[in-house]
Amino acid sequence: MLYVLRRVLAAVFVMWAAFTVTFIILYLVPGDPALLIVGGDGGVQATPEELAAVRAEYGFDQPVIVQYFQALGGVLTGNLGMSYQMRQPVTELIGAQFGSTFALAMFALVVAVVAGLVIGGAAVYTKSRILSQLLDSLPPIGASLPTFWVGLVLMQVFCFQLGWFPSAGDRGFDSLVLPGITMAIPGAASIAQVFAKSLRASSRDDYVTVATAKGASRMRVFIGHAARNALLPTITVAGMIVAGLFAYSAITESIFSRAGLGMALDNAVQAKDIPMVSGIVLVIAAVFVVTNLIVDLVYPIIDPRLRRPGASKAVRLQRGLVEA
Amino acid sequence: MSVVDTPAAVDAVAPSVPAPTVAPAAPPGGRRRGSAAATLVGLLRKPTLVLSALVVLVVVLWALVPGLFSGYDPLYADTSQVLLPPSFEHLFGTDELGRDVFTRMVHGTALTLLTTVVAVVIGFAFGSVIGLAAGYFGRIADGVLMRVVDILLAIPMLVLAMAIVTAIGFGSVQLAIGVGIGMIGSVARVMRSEVMRVRQSTFIDAERSMGARDGYIIARHVLPNAVGPVLVLAILDFGAAILTIAALSFLGYGTPPPTPEWGSLVASGRAYLTTAWWMSTLPGLTIAVFVVCINRIARELQNDRSSR
Repeated sequence: MLYVLRRVLAAVFVMWAAFTVTFIILYLVPGDPALLIVGGDGGVQATPEELAAVRAEYGFDQPVIVQYFQALGGVLTGNLGMSYQMRQPVTELIGAQFGSTFALAMFALVVAVVAGLVIGGAAVYTKSRILSQLLDSLPPIGASLPTFWVGLVLMQVFCFQLGWFPSAGDRGFDSLVLPGITMAIPGAASIAQVFAKSLRASSRDDYVTVATAKGASRMRVFIGHAARNALLPTITVAGMIVAGLFAYSAITESIFSRAGLGMALDNAVQAKDIPMVSGIVLVIAAVFVVTNLIVDLVYPIIDPRLRRPGASKAVRLQRGLVEA
Repeated sequence: MSVVDTPAAVDAVAPSVPAPTVAPAAPPGGRRRGSAAATLVGLLRKPTLVLSALVVLVVVLWALVPGLFSGYDPLYADTSQVLLPPSFEHLFGTDELGRDVFTRMVHGTALTLLTTVVAVVIGFAFGSVIGLAAGYFGRIADGVLMRVVDILLAIPMLVLAMAIVTAIGFGSVQLAIGVGIGMIGSVARVMRSEVMRVRQSTFIDAERSMGARDGYIIARHVLPNAVGPVLVLAILDFGAAILTIAALSFLGYGTPPPTPEWGSLVASGRAYLTTAWWMSTLPGLTIAVFVVCINRIARELQNDRSSR
């Protein structure tokens, strides 16, 4: 119980700190945000009265520290401020986009985990040296491909030449496939690498030798003993890539013209819509914190060795988050 | 720091390995070391490593002397040569204004690599200082600094860079700053664990017992012993930094057109995917090949360190 409490407190702390960092980055910007809101077109010159009214409306006339606590209070009550560009509450705008990106990210996560486990597992399981080397060389290549380029190439081949998938839009499963695969490649690469590495490490462990000596088949030893143990570090990696998937939605949603958080982030950055940018950054940080919390809490359930006093340190050791 | 560091570092690795005095003492399965001939044989056994070093060398030359590789002007629009497919005259074809895409790629190399180098330097300067202070002084300094690092790691590099670019504006320098700050977290982590490892050594205790100051111990002993893995990480991160910078430049946050940049070159072909596939495919492929090669070299350096 103490373990759960400590992990939750740590997660809350990181959230608060992430909020503070984004506040510092985005609100201490040189330039007058009121000018941005009134109209950046340059054609119409805003009167001092209009500017003063906007400053009062958004609270820019308050000292920075007051603005900080107002924003923090807002976040705690689920109010992320008003979008400069849309003149609507950021919470509503994000709420409208979150589902689409969440579906995309979860699909990409499934693709990354399945592809990573298959490639990493096959590389270790196969007896063919050549096949093993070939499979081992895939992850470093996958991790080196520019996501935006992969998206364009997939679009060119599967949308324009073969016509299998729609090149734009966010309706139905078909529109999920290409952007999902695009985003999944770097994640699949790191999962495959970690899984193969820990599989090779655990196949040298005593319990694998024992299982083999007892006459278990190669497949049975592999799946029931070696892979079971090697899955643990893989779960850590899978947890780490989730927030990255949300981040990379900025690129895939822009390429495949999907409405979503990433597209909204791109638009907000282009328009210098600071409350919107900070809101989305905060949501992505929350995704990171929550997935890590889930992994932290799931770990002792999967690994019975970690269900004992002092588990907090043991889990983080096992997950490679702290040094011995 | 210059762009040339990368291939130079590669050359430096193999020959600098000290020759073992007793040749058969090498562990079974260990790498062959010793004379120049053995080094050469070792390299020939790793054709992909040699190829990677060559590719990186060529790309660095693109950055340094772009004129050597192409006779065209990267900005000159030739309306009689619009959207031509790849040929011997135009390796990567031409774009919608009749500019040679290969030439624009070559001329965009310097800006892209320089942006990446600046980002890596920023990330490593600040990350090293934070990691060093946290690892060396421990206790409160460690607790506070590592919480800061946790926060930096909680925000993905791409998103953090996007937030920073929103604040400080678009452009190559701004991208470098944004991506550089995004790298601080992972650098600080590695530096800290290396410093903690070195700090526990007996010779550090010996120095301290003789009254050496912290500054002296750090500069003379801790840094030289801790810097190796951090430099390997720098090269690994170099690949990741190029991808992030190219992605941000693809989204249009970099130097505005017509100045060529790797990411924006790929983006400029987006509207012509059906009619002129080469415009984004070939520059993107070049970026991919370059990053694959950089990472191949980084992995070699990493294995080399861990096998010691």
